[in-house]
Amino acid sequence: MGRAKTEGPLKVAVPRGALLGETLDALDAAGIDTSEVRGESRSLIFPGQGITLVTMRPSDVPTYVEAGAADVGITGKDVLLEQADRVVYELLDLGFGRCRMVLAGRKGDERLGESERRLGMMRIATKYPRIAERYFEGTGRQVEVIEVKGSVELAPLIGLADGIVDLVATGRTLDENDLEVREEILECTARFVANRVAHKLRAREVDGLAAKLRQGLAR
Amino acid sequence: MIHPIPPGTRDVLPDEMRELRRLHLALIDVFEERGYGEVATPAIEYDEVLARGDGRTADTAYRFFDGSGDLLALRSDMTVPIARLIATRYARAEMPLRLCYLANAYRAVRPQRGQMREFAQAGVELIGLPAPEGTAEVVEVLEAALDAAGLGRAVIGLGDADLYRHLLTEFGVEGEARDSILGRLAAHDLVGLEAELSELQGVSDEQVATCVALSQLRGGKEVLDEARALGGAAVERATARLGETLEALEARGVAERVQIDLGLLRDLGYYSGAILEVYDPALGHVLGGGGRYDGLLKRFGVDQPAAGFALYMERVHVALMEEESRGGGSS
Repeated sequence: MGRAKTEGPLKVAVPRGALLGETLDALDAAGIDTSEVRGESRSLIFPGQGITLVTMRPSDVPTYVEAGAADVGITGKDVLLEQADRVVYELLDLGFGRCRMVLAGRKGDERLGESERRLGMMRIATKYPRIAERYFEGTGRQVEVIEVKGSVELAPLIGLADGIVDLVATGRTLDENDLEVREEILECTARFVANRVAHKLRAREVDGLAAKLRQGLAR
Repeated sequence: MIHPIPPGTRDVLPDEMRELRRLHLALIDVFEERGYGEVATPAIEYDEVLARGDGRTADTAYRFFDGSGDLLALRSDMTVPIARLIATRYARAEMPLRLCYLANAYRAVRPQRGQMREFAQAGVELIGLPAPEGTAEVVEVLEAALDAAGLGRAVIGLGDADLYRHLLTEFGVEGEARDSILGRLAAHDLVGLEAELSELQGVSDEQVATCVALSQLRGGKEVLDEARALGGAAVERATARLGETLEALEARGVAERVQIDLGLLRDLGYYSGAILEVYDPALGHVLGGGGRYDGLLKRFGVDQPAAGFALYMERVHVALMEEESRGGGSS
Protein backbone atom coordinates (compact mmCIF):
# COMPACT_ATOMS: atom_id res chain seq x y z
CA MET A 1 0.00 0.00 0.00
CA GLY A 2 1.42 3.35 -1.01
CA ARG A 3 1.94 5.75 1.85
CA ALA A 4 2.82 8.56 -0.45
CA LYS A 5 1.12 11.87 0.09
CA THR A 6 -0.24 14.17 -2.53
CA GLU A 7 0.55 17.33 -0.62
CA GLY A 8 3.43 19.72 -0.07
CA PRO A 9 5.42 20.77 -3.13
CA LEU A 10 4.49 19.02 -6.37
CA LYS A 11 6.91 16.09 -6.74
CA VAL A 12 8.11 15.55 -10.30
CA ALA A 13 9.82 12.26 -11.20
CA VAL A 14 12.71 13.01 -13.56
CA PRO A 15 14.31 10.15 -15.54
CA ARG A 16 18.09 9.77 -15.33
CA GLY A 17 19.94 8.38 -18.32
CA ALA A 18 19.28 9.08 -22.00
CA LEU A 19 16.15 11.18 -21.38
CA LEU A 20 17.68 13.39 -18.68
CA GLY A 21 19.12 16.17 -20.84
CA GLU A 22 16.02 16.82 -22.88
CA THR A 23 13.79 16.41 -19.83
CA LEU A 24 15.71 19.16 -18.04
CA ASP A 25 15.55 21.34 -21.18
CA ALA A 26 11.79 20.86 -21.27
CA LEU A 27 11.49 21.73 -17.58
CA ASP A 28 13.67 24.82 -18.12
CA ALA A 29 11.42 25.89 -20.99
CA ALA A 30 8.46 25.44 -18.63
CA GLY A 31 10.10 27.89 -16.21
CA ILE A 32 11.39 25.36 -13.66
CA ASP A 33 14.92 25.84 -12.35
CA THR A 34 16.95 22.69 -13.06
CA SER A 35 20.46 24.05 -12.40
CA GLU A 36 20.81 22.00 -9.20
CA VAL A 37 20.09 18.77 -11.05
CA ARG A 38 22.57 19.69 -13.76
CA GLY A 39 25.27 20.38 -11.17
CA GLU A 40 27.73 17.98 -9.60
CA SER A 41 25.48 17.02 -6.71
CA ARG A 42 24.86 13.33 -6.16
CA SER A 43 21.56 14.01 -4.42
CA LEU A 44 18.46 12.34 -5.74
CA ILE A 45 15.99 14.95 -4.52
CA PHE A 46 16.11 18.64 -5.50
CA PRO A 47 13.61 20.86 -3.67
CA GLY A 48 12.56 24.04 -5.45
CA GLN A 49 9.82 26.65 -5.33
CA GLY A 50 6.55 24.75 -5.14
CA ILE A 51 8.12 21.91 -7.12
CA THR A 52 10.53 19.19 -6.04
CA LEU A 53 12.47 17.30 -8.69
CA VAL A 54 13.17 13.64 -7.88
CA THR A 55 15.60 11.78 -10.12
CA MET A 56 15.34 8.05 -10.75
CA ARG A 57 15.68 5.32 -13.35
CA PRO A 58 13.16 5.82 -16.17
CA SER A 59 11.66 2.38 -15.52
CA ASP A 60 10.95 3.35 -11.89
CA VAL A 61 8.92 6.42 -12.85
CA PRO A 62 5.59 4.55 -13.29
CA THR A 63 6.11 2.81 -9.94
CA TYR A 64 6.62 6.05 -8.02
CA VAL A 65 3.85 7.90 -9.84
CA GLU A 66 1.32 5.08 -9.51
CA ALA A 67 1.85 4.99 -5.74
CA GLY A 68 1.67 8.77 -5.49
CA ALA A 69 5.23 9.02 -4.10
CA ALA A 70 5.73 11.34 -7.08
CA ASP A 71 2.71 13.36 -8.22
CA VAL A 72 3.77 13.58 -11.85
CA GLY A 73 6.70 12.35 -13.91
CA ILE A 74 8.38 12.03 -17.24
CA THR A 75 9.38 8.74 -18.84
CA GLY A 76 9.53 6.96 -22.20
CA LYS A 77 6.52 5.38 -23.89
CA ASP A 78 8.54 2.14 -24.04
CA VAL A 79 8.57 2.06 -20.23
CA LEU A 80 4.83 2.79 -20.04
CA LEU A 81 4.02 0.04 -22.55
CA GLU A 82 6.23 -2.48 -20.79
CA GLN A 83 4.46 -1.66 -17.51
CA ALA A 84 1.03 -1.25 -19.05
CA ASP A 85 -0.71 -2.56 -15.92
CA ARG A 86 0.47 0.38 -13.84
CA VAL A 87 -2.27 2.94 -13.39
CA VAL A 88 -0.85 6.34 -14.33
CA TYR A 89 -2.53 9.04 -16.38
CA GLU A 90 -0.68 9.78 -19.62
CA LEU A 91 -1.30 13.47 -20.18
CA LEU A 92 1.13 14.68 -22.81
CA ASP A 93 3.42 13.49 -25.60
CA LEU A 94 6.59 15.52 -25.07
CA GLY A 95 7.94 14.59 -28.50
CA PHE A 96 11.57 14.24 -27.50
CA GLY A 97 13.59 11.11 -26.83
CA ARG A 98 12.27 9.70 -30.10
CA CYS A 99 13.37 6.14 -30.81
CA ARG A 100 12.01 2.98 -32.39
CA MET A 101 11.23 -0.42 -30.91
CA VAL A 102 12.42 -2.89 -33.53
CA LEU A 103 12.93 -6.55 -34.28
CA ALA A 104 16.54 -7.03 -35.34
CA GLY A 105 18.55 -10.00 -36.58
CA ARG A 106 22.09 -10.68 -37.80
CA LYS A 107 22.97 -9.11 -41.13
CA GLY A 108 22.50 -11.44 -44.04
CA ASP A 109 21.53 -14.26 -41.71
CA GLU A 110 18.27 -16.17 -42.14
CA ARG A 111 18.06 -17.66 -38.67
CA LEU A 112 14.85 -15.78 -37.86
CA GLY A 113 12.99 -17.02 -40.93
CA GLU A 114 14.44 -20.48 -40.73
CA SER A 115 13.55 -21.00 -37.08
CA GLU A 116 10.03 -19.84 -37.76
CA ARG A 117 9.63 -22.12 -40.78
CA ARG A 118 11.32 -25.24 -39.49
CA LEU A 119 10.78 -25.01 -35.75
CA GLY A 120 7.52 -23.07 -35.78
CA MET A 121 8.95 -20.63 -33.29
CA MET A 122 11.56 -17.88 -33.03
CA ARG A 123 13.70 -17.24 -29.99
CA ILE A 124 13.74 -13.53 -29.21
CA ALA A 125 15.95 -11.90 -26.58
CA THR A 126 14.75 -8.61 -25.15
CA LYS A 127 14.62 -6.25 -22.20
CA TYR A 128 10.96 -5.66 -23.09
CA PRO A 129 9.30 -9.09 -22.76
CA ARG A 130 5.74 -7.78 -22.57
CA ILE A 131 6.03 -5.50 -25.59
CA ALA A 132 7.68 -8.34 -27.54
CA GLU A 133 5.03 -10.90 -26.54
CA ARG A 134 2.20 -8.55 -27.41
CA TYR A 135 3.74 -7.71 -30.79
CA PHE A 136 4.22 -11.30 -31.90
CA GLU A 137 0.85 -12.33 -30.53
CA GLY A 138 -0.70 -9.43 -32.44
CA THR A 139 0.98 -10.55 -35.66
CA GLY A 140 0.04 -14.18 -35.14
CA ARG A 141 3.52 -15.61 -34.65
CA GLN A 142 4.89 -17.91 -31.99
CA VAL A 143 8.01 -16.92 -30.16
CA GLU A 144 10.01 -17.87 -27.12
CA VAL A 145 10.77 -14.59 -25.39
CA ILE A 146 14.01 -14.63 -23.42
CA GLU A 147 14.38 -11.78 -20.96
CA VAL A 148 17.88 -10.38 -20.54
CA LYS A 149 18.99 -7.42 -18.46
CA GLY A 150 22.21 -6.26 -20.11
CA SER A 151 23.42 -5.74 -23.69
CA VAL A 152 20.78 -7.57 -25.64
CA GLU A 153 22.85 -7.39 -28.87
CA LEU A 154 24.97 -10.18 -27.49
CA ALA A 155 22.19 -12.76 -27.57
CA PRO A 156 21.96 -13.47 -31.34
CA LEU A 157 25.73 -13.20 -31.78
CA ILE A 158 26.53 -16.17 -29.59
CA GLY A 159 23.41 -18.20 -30.17
CA LEU A 160 21.11 -17.45 -27.21
CA ALA A 161 18.41 -16.14 -29.58
CA ASP A 162 17.55 -15.83 -33.27
CA GLY A 163 16.83 -12.13 -32.97
CA ILE A 164 16.21 -9.30 -30.55
CA VAL A 165 13.50 -6.78 -29.78
CA ASP A 166 15.10 -3.56 -28.60
CA LEU A 167 14.96 0.20 -28.61
CA VAL A 168 16.97 1.91 -31.35
CA ALA A 169 17.79 5.61 -31.53
CA THR A 170 20.43 5.94 -34.25
CA GLY A 171 20.99 2.29 -35.11
CA ARG A 172 24.72 2.56 -34.49
CA THR A 173 24.88 -0.05 -31.76
CA LEU A 174 23.05 -2.51 -33.99
CA ASP A 175 25.35 -1.77 -36.88
CA GLU A 176 28.49 -2.15 -34.82
CA ASN A 177 27.30 -5.54 -33.65
CA ASP A 178 26.53 -6.76 -37.14
CA LEU A 179 22.78 -6.56 -36.61
CA GLU A 180 20.09 -4.97 -38.79
CA VAL A 181 16.48 -3.87 -38.34
CA ARG A 182 14.02 -6.41 -39.75
CA GLU A 183 10.71 -5.02 -38.53
CA GLU A 184 9.63 -1.81 -36.89
CA ILE A 185 7.30 -2.38 -33.94
CA LEU A 186 6.49 1.12 -32.73
CA GLU A 187 7.86 4.58 -32.18
CA CYS A 188 8.46 5.88 -28.66
CA THR A 189 8.76 9.38 -27.26
CA ALA A 190 8.87 10.84 -23.76
CA ARG A 191 5.51 11.24 -21.99
CA PHE A 192 4.26 13.37 -19.11
CA VAL A 193 2.32 11.21 -16.63
CA ALA A 194 0.36 11.91 -13.46
CA ASN A 195 -0.80 10.04 -10.37
CA ARG A 196 -4.55 9.45 -10.36
CA VAL A 197 -5.26 11.17 -7.04
CA ALA A 198 -2.84 14.05 -7.69
CA HIS A 199 -4.59 14.61 -11.02
CA LYS A 200 -7.86 15.06 -9.13
CA LEU A 201 -6.78 16.85 -5.96
CA ARG A 202 -3.99 19.02 -7.41
CA ALA A 203 -5.73 19.70 -10.69
CA ARG A 204 -4.52 23.26 -11.01
CA GLU A 205 -0.85 22.48 -10.45
CA VAL A 206 -0.88 19.38 -12.68
CA ASP A 207 -2.76 21.13 -15.49
CA GLY A 208 -0.55 24.20 -15.08
CA LEU A 209 2.65 22.20 -15.46
CA ALA A 210 1.21 20.28 -18.43
CA ALA A 211 0.27 23.57 -20.11
CA LYS A 212 3.70 25.09 -19.47
CA LEU A 213 5.43 22.00 -20.83
CA ARG A 214 3.22 22.13 -23.91
CA GLN A 215 3.99 25.82 -24.44
CA GLY A 216 7.71 25.22 -23.93
CA LEU A 217 7.70 22.49 -26.56
CA ALA A 218 5.84 24.63 -29.06
CA ARG A 219 8.52 27.28 -28.86
CA MET B 1 8.25 -22.93 10.86
CA ILE B 2 6.96 -20.49 8.26
CA HIS B 3 3.77 -21.56 6.50
CA PRO B 4 2.92 -19.38 3.51
CA ILE B 5 -0.45 -17.84 2.67
CA PRO B 6 -1.52 -16.98 -0.90
CA PRO B 7 -0.21 -13.69 -2.34
CA GLY B 8 -2.61 -10.79 -1.93
CA THR B 9 -4.01 -12.12 1.36
CA ARG B 10 -2.87 -11.36 4.90
CA ASP B 11 -3.37 -12.00 8.59
CA VAL B 12 -4.55 -9.26 10.91
CA LEU B 13 -3.03 -9.17 14.40
CA PRO B 14 -4.57 -7.60 17.53
CA ASP B 15 -3.12 -4.05 17.32
CA GLU B 16 -4.35 -3.57 13.79
CA MET B 17 -7.58 -5.47 14.42
CA ARG B 18 -8.44 -3.20 17.34
CA GLU B 19 -8.12 -0.13 15.10
CA LEU B 20 -9.96 -1.77 12.20
CA ARG B 21 -12.77 -2.83 14.51
CA ARG B 22 -13.13 0.74 15.75
CA LEU B 23 -13.35 1.97 12.17
CA HIS B 24 -15.87 -0.75 11.27
CA LEU B 25 -18.10 0.08 14.21
CA ALA B 26 -17.94 3.81 13.50
CA LEU B 27 -19.03 3.25 9.92
CA ILE B 28 -21.78 0.76 10.68
CA ASP B 29 -23.10 3.22 13.31
CA VAL B 30 -23.28 5.95 10.67
CA PHE B 31 -25.14 3.63 8.31
CA GLU B 32 -27.55 2.30 10.91
CA GLU B 33 -28.33 5.80 12.21
CA ARG B 34 -29.49 6.70 8.72
CA GLY B 35 -31.71 3.68 8.40
CA TYR B 36 -29.38 1.34 6.53
CA GLY B 37 -29.73 -2.18 7.90
CA GLU B 38 -26.66 -4.40 7.77
CA VAL B 39 -26.75 -7.58 5.69
CA ALA B 40 -24.33 -10.41 5.03
CA THR B 41 -24.25 -12.69 1.99
CA PRO B 42 -22.13 -15.75 1.20
CA ALA B 43 -18.61 -15.10 -0.09
CA ILE B 44 -19.19 -17.79 -2.74
CA GLU B 45 -22.05 -17.62 -5.22
CA TYR B 46 -23.02 -19.37 -8.43
CA ASP B 47 -20.89 -17.90 -11.20
CA GLU B 48 -23.84 -17.43 -13.54
CA VAL B 49 -25.69 -15.39 -10.91
CA LEU B 50 -22.76 -13.01 -10.45
CA ALA B 51 -22.15 -12.84 -14.22
CA ARG B 52 -25.75 -11.68 -14.65
CA GLY B 53 -24.81 -8.53 -12.76
CA ASP B 54 -21.55 -7.75 -14.47
CA GLY B 55 -20.11 -9.96 -17.18
CA ARG B 56 -17.04 -7.77 -17.24
CA THR B 57 -15.67 -8.84 -13.88
CA ALA B 58 -15.01 -12.14 -15.65
CA ASP B 59 -11.27 -11.60 -15.90
CA THR B 60 -10.76 -10.81 -12.24
CA ALA B 61 -12.92 -13.43 -10.58
CA TYR B 62 -11.89 -16.57 -8.70
CA ARG B 63 -13.86 -19.54 -9.97
CA PHE B 64 -13.98 -23.19 -8.99
CA PHE B 65 -16.21 -26.26 -9.18
CA ASP B 66 -17.96 -27.70 -6.19
CA GLY B 67 -18.54 -31.40 -5.55
CA SER B 68 -21.62 -31.55 -7.77
CA GLY B 69 -19.89 -29.87 -10.71
CA ASP B 70 -21.47 -26.43 -10.32
CA LEU B 71 -19.29 -23.46 -11.23
CA LEU B 72 -18.89 -21.17 -8.22
CA ALA B 73 -17.18 -17.80 -7.90
CA LEU B 74 -15.94 -15.62 -5.06
CA ARG B 75 -17.78 -12.29 -5.05
CA SER B 76 -15.71 -9.43 -6.46
CA ASP B 77 -17.88 -6.78 -4.79
CA MET B 78 -21.06 -6.59 -2.68
CA THR B 79 -23.28 -4.68 -5.08
CA VAL B 80 -24.06 -7.66 -7.31
CA PRO B 81 -24.74 -10.12 -4.43
CA ILE B 82 -27.05 -7.53 -2.84
CA ALA B 83 -28.88 -7.08 -6.15
CA ARG B 84 -29.37 -10.86 -6.13
CA LEU B 85 -30.55 -10.72 -2.51
CA ILE B 86 -33.05 -7.96 -3.21
CA ALA B 87 -34.56 -9.80 -6.17
CA THR B 88 -34.85 -12.96 -4.11
CA ARG B 89 -35.90 -11.66 -0.71
CA TYR B 90 -37.32 -8.17 -1.19
CA ALA B 91 -38.99 -8.29 -4.62
CA ARG B 92 -42.31 -7.05 -3.23
CA ALA B 93 -40.92 -4.96 -0.39
CA GLU B 94 -41.89 -1.36 0.13
CA MET B 95 -39.35 0.99 -1.45
CA PRO B 96 -37.01 2.68 -0.84
CA LEU B 97 -34.90 -0.01 0.74
CA ARG B 98 -31.72 0.85 2.65
CA LEU B 99 -29.03 -1.79 3.21
CA CYS B 100 -25.40 -1.65 4.29
CA TYR B 101 -22.54 -4.14 4.60
CA LEU B 102 -19.01 -4.70 5.77
CA ALA B 103 -17.56 -7.67 3.94
CA ASN B 104 -14.55 -9.14 2.21
CA ALA B 105 -14.49 -9.29 -1.57
CA TYR B 106 -12.02 -10.98 -3.90
CA ARG B 107 -10.31 -10.04 -7.14
CA ALA B 108 -7.55 -11.91 -8.93
CA VAL B 109 -5.42 -8.78 -9.33
CA ARG B 110 -1.64 -8.72 -9.31
CA PRO B 111 -0.88 -8.08 -5.66
CA GLN B 112 1.94 -5.92 -4.18
CA ARG B 113 0.78 -2.52 -5.44
CA GLY B 114 -1.75 -1.37 -2.90
CA GLN B 115 -4.15 -3.95 -4.27
CA MET B 116 -4.99 -7.04 -2.29
CA ARG B 117 -6.76 -10.11 -3.65
CA GLU B 118 -8.86 -10.27 -0.51
CA PHE B 119 -10.01 -6.89 0.76
CA ALA B 120 -12.68 -5.47 3.07
CA GLN B 121 -15.35 -3.10 1.81
CA ALA B 122 -17.87 -1.06 3.77
CA GLY B 123 -20.74 0.48 1.89
CA VAL B 124 -24.43 1.12 1.40
CA GLU B 125 -27.07 0.37 -1.22
CA LEU B 126 -30.11 2.61 -1.62
CA ILE B 127 -32.81 0.95 -3.73
CA GLY B 128 -35.93 2.55 -5.11
CA LEU B 129 -34.98 6.21 -4.81
CA PRO B 130 -34.13 7.72 -8.21
CA ALA B 131 -31.76 10.56 -9.12
CA PRO B 132 -31.16 13.20 -8.03
CA GLU B 133 -32.53 12.61 -4.48
CA GLY B 134 -31.21 9.06 -4.22
CA THR B 135 -27.75 10.12 -5.36
CA ALA B 136 -27.72 13.05 -2.94
CA GLU B 137 -28.67 10.81 -0.02
CA VAL B 138 -25.86 8.38 -0.86
CA VAL B 139 -23.34 11.24 -1.03
CA GLU B 140 -24.62 12.54 2.31
CA VAL B 141 -24.10 9.12 3.92
CA LEU B 142 -20.67 8.86 2.31
CA GLU B 143 -19.64 12.22 3.75
CA ALA B 144 -20.83 11.21 7.19
CA ALA B 145 -18.91 7.94 6.85
CA LEU B 146 -15.69 9.77 5.88
CA ASP B 147 -16.11 12.12 8.86
CA ALA B 148 -16.69 9.18 11.18
CA ALA B 149 -13.55 7.53 9.77
CA GLY B 150 -11.54 10.64 10.63
CA LEU B 151 -11.00 11.69 7.02
CA GLY B 152 -12.31 15.23 7.20
CA ARG B 153 -10.23 16.30 4.22
CA ALA B 154 -11.37 13.59 1.83
CA VAL B 155 -12.85 14.71 -1.48
CA ILE B 156 -15.67 13.09 -3.44
CA GLY B 157 -15.40 13.19 -7.22
CA LEU B 158 -18.78 13.28 -9.00
CA GLY B 159 -19.09 12.41 -12.68
CA ASP B 160 -21.50 10.95 -15.21
CA ALA B 161 -21.11 7.37 -16.40
CA ASP B 162 -23.05 7.82 -19.65
CA LEU B 163 -21.37 11.01 -20.88
CA TYR B 164 -18.77 9.50 -23.19
CA ARG B 165 -20.97 6.66 -24.44
CA HIS B 166 -23.48 9.27 -25.59
CA LEU B 167 -20.85 11.70 -26.83
CA LEU B 168 -19.19 9.05 -28.99
CA THR B 169 -22.55 7.97 -30.40
CA GLU B 170 -23.14 11.62 -31.24
CA PHE B 171 -19.79 11.61 -33.08
CA GLY B 172 -20.91 8.50 -34.98
CA VAL B 173 -18.41 6.25 -33.18
CA GLU B 174 -19.95 2.86 -32.39
CA GLY B 175 -19.12 -0.73 -31.55
CA GLU B 176 -15.53 -1.83 -31.05
CA ALA B 177 -14.09 1.58 -31.87
CA ARG B 178 -16.23 3.13 -29.15
CA ASP B 179 -15.24 0.51 -26.57
CA SER B 180 -11.59 1.09 -27.39
CA ILE B 181 -11.98 4.87 -26.98
CA LEU B 182 -13.86 4.38 -23.71
CA GLY B 183 -10.94 2.23 -22.56
CA ARG B 184 -8.53 5.08 -23.33
CA LEU B 185 -10.76 7.49 -21.42
CA ALA B 186 -11.00 5.17 -18.42
CA ALA B 187 -7.20 4.80 -18.37
CA HIS B 188 -6.85 8.54 -18.91
CA ASP B 189 -4.43 7.95 -21.78
CA LEU B 190 -4.84 11.36 -23.41
CA VAL B 191 -2.09 10.84 -25.95
CA GLY B 192 -3.58 7.56 -27.15
CA LEU B 193 -7.10 8.99 -27.00
CA GLU B 194 -6.23 11.88 -29.26
CA ALA B 195 -4.31 9.68 -31.71
CA GLU B 196 -7.03 7.02 -31.90
CA LEU B 197 -9.91 9.48 -32.23
CA SER B 198 -8.10 11.44 -34.94
CA GLU B 199 -7.64 8.26 -36.97
CA LEU B 200 -11.36 7.49 -37.02
CA GLN B 201 -13.28 8.35 -40.15
CA GLY B 202 -15.75 11.19 -39.79
CA VAL B 203 -14.52 12.53 -36.45
CA SER B 204 -13.49 16.16 -36.85
CA ASP B 205 -10.49 17.79 -35.18
CA GLU B 206 -12.92 19.90 -33.24
CA GLN B 207 -14.69 16.81 -31.89
CA VAL B 208 -11.36 15.29 -30.87
CA ALA B 209 -10.48 18.50 -29.03
CA THR B 210 -13.91 18.51 -27.32
CA CYS B 211 -13.49 14.96 -26.07
CA VAL B 212 -9.96 15.59 -24.74
CA ALA B 213 -10.90 18.93 -23.15
CA LEU B 214 -14.00 17.43 -21.53
CA SER B 215 -12.00 14.64 -19.90
CA GLN B 216 -9.80 17.27 -18.20
CA LEU B 217 -12.65 19.31 -16.69
CA ARG B 218 -12.73 18.93 -12.92
CA GLY B 219 -13.37 21.37 -10.11
CA GLY B 220 -16.30 23.37 -8.76
CA LYS B 221 -19.66 24.29 -10.21
CA GLU B 222 -18.00 26.48 -12.88
CA VAL B 223 -16.87 23.27 -14.59
CA LEU B 224 -20.47 22.67 -15.72
CA ASP B 225 -20.50 25.97 -17.62
CA GLU B 226 -17.10 25.25 -19.15
CA ALA B 227 -18.43 21.89 -20.31
CA ARG B 228 -21.63 23.40 -21.74
CA ALA B 229 -19.50 25.80 -23.76
CA LEU B 230 -18.13 22.76 -25.60
CA GLY B 231 -21.65 22.04 -26.82
CA GLY B 232 -23.55 18.93 -27.92
CA ALA B 233 -26.55 16.95 -26.67
CA ALA B 234 -24.54 14.42 -24.65
CA VAL B 235 -22.75 17.18 -22.75
CA GLU B 236 -26.03 19.04 -22.26
CA ARG B 237 -27.65 15.95 -20.81
CA ALA B 238 -24.77 15.06 -18.50
CA THR B 239 -24.30 18.61 -17.22
CA ALA B 240 -28.04 18.96 -16.63
CA ARG B 241 -28.03 15.75 -14.59
CA LEU B 242 -24.92 16.79 -12.67
CA GLY B 243 -26.46 20.20 -12.06
CA GLU B 244 -29.59 18.59 -10.59
CA THR B 245 -27.51 16.33 -8.36
CA LEU B 246 -25.47 19.32 -7.22
CA GLU B 247 -28.64 21.25 -6.40
CA ALA B 248 -29.95 18.33 -4.37
CA LEU B 249 -26.61 18.18 -2.54
CA GLU B 250 -26.67 21.91 -1.84
CA ALA B 251 -30.21 21.60 -0.47
CA ARG B 252 -28.86 19.03 2.01
CA GLY B 253 -25.83 21.20 2.74
CA VAL B 254 -23.34 18.53 1.65
CA ALA B 255 -21.96 19.91 -1.63
CA GLU B 256 -18.74 21.34 -0.21
CA ARG B 257 -16.58 18.25 -0.47
CA VAL B 258 -17.83 17.30 -3.90
CA GLN B 259 -15.63 17.93 -6.92
CA ILE B 260 -17.37 17.78 -10.28
CA ASP B 261 -15.25 15.61 -12.56
CA LEU B 262 -16.21 15.14 -16.20
CA GLY B 263 -13.19 12.88 -16.71
CA LEU B 264 -14.50 10.28 -14.28
CA LEU B 265 -15.19 6.86 -15.74
CA ARG B 266 -15.43 3.74 -13.59
CA ASP B 267 -14.51 0.42 -15.09
CA LEU B 268 -17.31 -1.64 -13.55
CA GLY B 269 -19.88 -2.55 -16.15
CA TYR B 270 -23.11 -1.75 -14.32
CA TYR B 271 -22.91 2.00 -13.69
CA SER B 272 -25.31 4.49 -15.26
CA GLY B 273 -25.80 8.15 -14.42
CA ALA B 274 -23.89 9.60 -11.48
CA ILE B 275 -20.56 8.01 -10.52
CA LEU B 276 -18.48 8.71 -7.43
CA GLU B 277 -14.85 8.34 -6.46
CA VAL B 278 -13.24 9.13 -3.09
CA TYR B 279 -9.77 10.59 -2.55
CA ASP B 280 -7.80 11.77 0.42
CA PRO B 281 -4.80 14.10 0.09
CA ALA B 282 -2.84 11.78 2.38
CA LEU B 283 -2.96 8.81 0.00
CA GLY B 284 -2.02 8.23 -3.65
CA HIS B 285 -4.71 5.58 -4.17
CA VAL B 286 -8.47 5.91 -4.59
CA LEU B 287 -10.27 5.17 -1.30
CA GLY B 288 -13.52 3.97 -2.79
CA GLY B 289 -16.26 4.72 -5.22
CA GLY B 290 -19.81 4.18 -6.26
CA GLY B 291 -22.67 5.76 -8.11
CA ARG B 292 -25.96 4.88 -9.72
CA TYR B 293 -26.77 1.55 -11.32
CA ASP B 294 -30.36 1.98 -12.33
CA GLY B 295 -30.27 -0.95 -14.77
CA LEU B 296 -28.61 -3.51 -12.50
CA LEU B 297 -31.65 -4.75 -10.53
CA LYS B 298 -33.61 -5.19 -13.74
CA ARG B 299 -31.11 -7.84 -14.78
CA PHE B 300 -32.26 -9.73 -11.68
CA GLY B 301 -35.95 -9.13 -12.39
CA VAL B 302 -36.71 -6.14 -10.16
CA ASP B 303 -37.01 -2.86 -12.02
CA GLN B 304 -35.88 -0.34 -9.41
CA PRO B 305 -33.38 2.53 -9.49
CA ALA B 306 -30.40 2.08 -7.19
CA ALA B 307 -27.28 3.82 -5.96
CA GLY B 308 -24.52 3.14 -3.46
CA PHE B 309 -20.87 3.34 -2.58
CA ALA B 310 -18.11 1.15 -1.16
CA LEU B 311 -14.99 2.19 0.76
CA TYR B 312 -11.84 0.05 0.75
CA MET B 313 -11.31 -0.37 4.49
CA GLU B 314 -7.57 -1.12 4.40
CA ARG B 315 -6.95 2.06 2.42
CA VAL B 316 -9.21 4.10 4.71
CA HIS B 317 -7.15 2.80 7.62
CA VAL B 318 -3.85 3.81 5.97
CA ALA B 319 -5.24 7.25 5.13
CA LEU B 320 -6.43 7.67 8.72
CA MET B 321 -2.98 6.81 10.05
CA GLU B 322 -1.43 9.35 7.68
CA GLU B 323 -3.94 12.01 8.66
CA GLU B 324 -3.24 11.35 12.35
CA SER B 325 0.50 11.59 11.80
CA ARG B 326 -0.04 15.06 10.37
CA GLY B 327 -0.96 15.81 13.98
CA GLY B 328 -3.98 17.88 13.07
CA GLY B 329 -1.58 20.55 11.76
CA SER B 330 -3.17 23.06 9.42
CA SER B 331 -1.42 23.37 6.06
